[in-house]
Amino acid sequence: MKISGAQLVIKLLERQGITQIAGLPGGAALPLYDALPGSNIKHVLTRHEQGAGFIAEGMARVSGKAAVCFASSGPGATNLVTAIADAHLDSIPVIAITGQVPSSMLGTDAFQEIDTFGLMAPITKHNWLVRSAEELLEVIPAAFRIATSGRPGPVAIDIPKDVQNQIIEIDEFPAPGEAMPLPQPTLAQLKEMEAMIAKAERPMLMVGAGVIQSNSSEALVALAEKLNIPAVSTFLGLSVFPHGHELHLGMLGMHGSKGNNIALEECDLLIGAGVRFDDRATGKISEFCPQAAVLHIEIDRSEIGKLKTPTLAVHADVGACIKALLTNCEPQQRIEWVSRIKWLNENHGIPLPTKQDLSNPYSLIKTVAEIVGDNTNVHTDVGQHQMWTAQVYPFVRDRQWSSSGGLGTMGYGLPAAIGAALADPERMALCISGDGSIMMNIQEIDTAVEHNLNVKVVVINNSRLGLVRQQQALFYQENFAAVNNKRTADFALMAQAMGANGFDLGKATDPLAMLTEALNTPGPVLINVPISEDEMVFPMVPPGAANKDLIEERKA
Amino acid sequence: MSDFSQCAILELKVNNHPGVMSHVCGLFARRAFNVEGILCMPMQDKKHSKIWLLVGEDQRLDQITQQTLKLEDVLEISQHSASHPVFAQMMEFVE
Repeated sequence: MKISGAQLVIKLLERQGITQIAGLPGGAALPLYDALPGSNIKHVLTRHEQGAGFIAEGMARVSGKAAVCFASSGPGATNLVTAIADAHLDSIPVIAITGQVPSSMLGTDAFQEIDTFGLMAPITKHNWLVRSAEELLEVIPAAFRIATSGRPGPVAIDIPKDVQNQIIEIDEFPAPGEAMPLPQPTLAQLKEMEAMIAKAERPMLMVGAGVIQSNSSEALVALAEKLNIPAVSTFLGLSVFPHGHELHLGMLGMHGSKGNNIALEECDLLIGAGVRFDDRATGKISEFCPQAAVLHIEIDRSEIGKLKTPTLAVHADVGACIKALLTNCEPQQRIEWVSRIKWLNENHGIPLPTKQDLSNPYSLIKTVAEIVGDNTNVHTDVGQHQMWTAQVYPFVRDRQWSSSGGLGTMGYGLPAAIGAALADPERMALCISGDGSIMMNIQEIDTAVEHNLNVKVVVINNSRLGLVRQQQALFYQENFAAVNNKRTADFALMAQAMGANGFDLGKATDPLAMLTEALNTPGPVLINVPISEDEMVFPMVPPGAANKDLIEERKA
Repeated sequence: MSDFSQCAILELKVNNHPGVMSHVCGLFARRAFNVEGILCMPMQDKKHSKIWLLVGEDQRLDQITQQTLKLEDVLEISQHSASHPVFAQMMEFVE
């Protein structure tokens, strides 16, 4: 059959099971967009290419499957870069496909020409500048294979316009690309792990996103319960343990609870399961878990020994390891250690207000969670609102949590929530944001309205870049510089201007009634919630300090 | 002749494909790992190339080797001591 490069791309994406693509067309992507109508793929037009990248991330995080975004050359590609970098640092399988100027014009500084290959190389697992339509037969399946194999991550495919237009003759389509089999633990490794865990008096699990990726969240919780091993979660490992589980001490690191930090000081074995010992989690790493032997189970060989030298390293699928340990290990009690953990949780957890007060961020987040219930996927932007949510949101299942961890990208939340609403339409997509972050991609409310998506945005508004202000307050003698938005826009009105419902709790006579009404209003909704600029995220470990040297509260 | 005694030599077998050099060199640059010398030639089968890298032998060498192995087009890496003749012979052309 005769087929053009562009038609081939669309056909191969269909065969990979892609049903929705977020993107924004332009000159160099016109043949791709010409091939879209009539396909089985629904295209979601965003208002900015960064939104398309984050929508793909949102879809991939909630579904666990690779997701695709489209952009044109030049500014289209550069606008995707931040989202692809975000996916790279958080190991999310996103496939970015960009148009490029015709091959004959490459290297001539043509209109909207940019070195997309060069820009994408450092922020992808692999990327291509496709030289001929025939190459697409290999490249598209390889893109899916690479994005989803081992430790997942983004890939980028740059396709010159003439390659999109090139007609080739093919006999059949290549097989869809699939994830490669994962390395398995050896029997010897399993025996070593079992012995190490059995011997430990005060073991501690450090649970990362690798556990979610390997579909072993339930097995991990079961293992912790069977062997009575308490656990801390990395920022991206949140939602593996149901909130409030008696063995779980919540998120570790810069904004982890004091009890969490004390437990890590005391543990004699740290089991890093699908983690990479990020500096926001470990604090000053030479002082992290000073008494502990380290068992590191990790799929990415280059993460083993990168920052923390393990006592025992197992380069294998963490899911396979957990399930084998769950089967093979004898139950253990560890009564003293578990009661110590309970005491730490009760006495040194995140301090919550005792009364409901919607101008208190913790109280607000807890109330929102109660109203929306468990059938909700939770997203945040980046800042204080993100850390408050990570500290206290009552997650009940994995993949319920979606936030920008490694790159810390303001503007992630709303488009990611749109992606989740598209990929998982049976659930509400909640986005908890701040007045700084929401402004970075607020235009995508228009996209949510176009598709009438069940997206609810709660803007916790202190008219400040709150987390920066907090650091200036604590570490720069309150020399507040460039953190005051002075007058923030009327976000409720902005939502209304784009056709969404907008609410402002600052204007409510009964804030709880308004919040309840807003969260029960169908379609896209934005709710502005004013809070005081003096609200801070505590505890806080000063950047570069050891976790044990956390600041518990602000000294008056 | 220059002193390579503090150096190691990495021998990479890679796909002979546009962009491979860029991926390899970019990786070393962005991870702040200095490359003293580089040599790249296609192998006889033309499908693969050999890249020889003269690098500082410090504690990060294992880490950069592991990162390099993650590159899709890098198929094999072996490490040689500084006594390997490949760069010593190259010196004739630069001195």
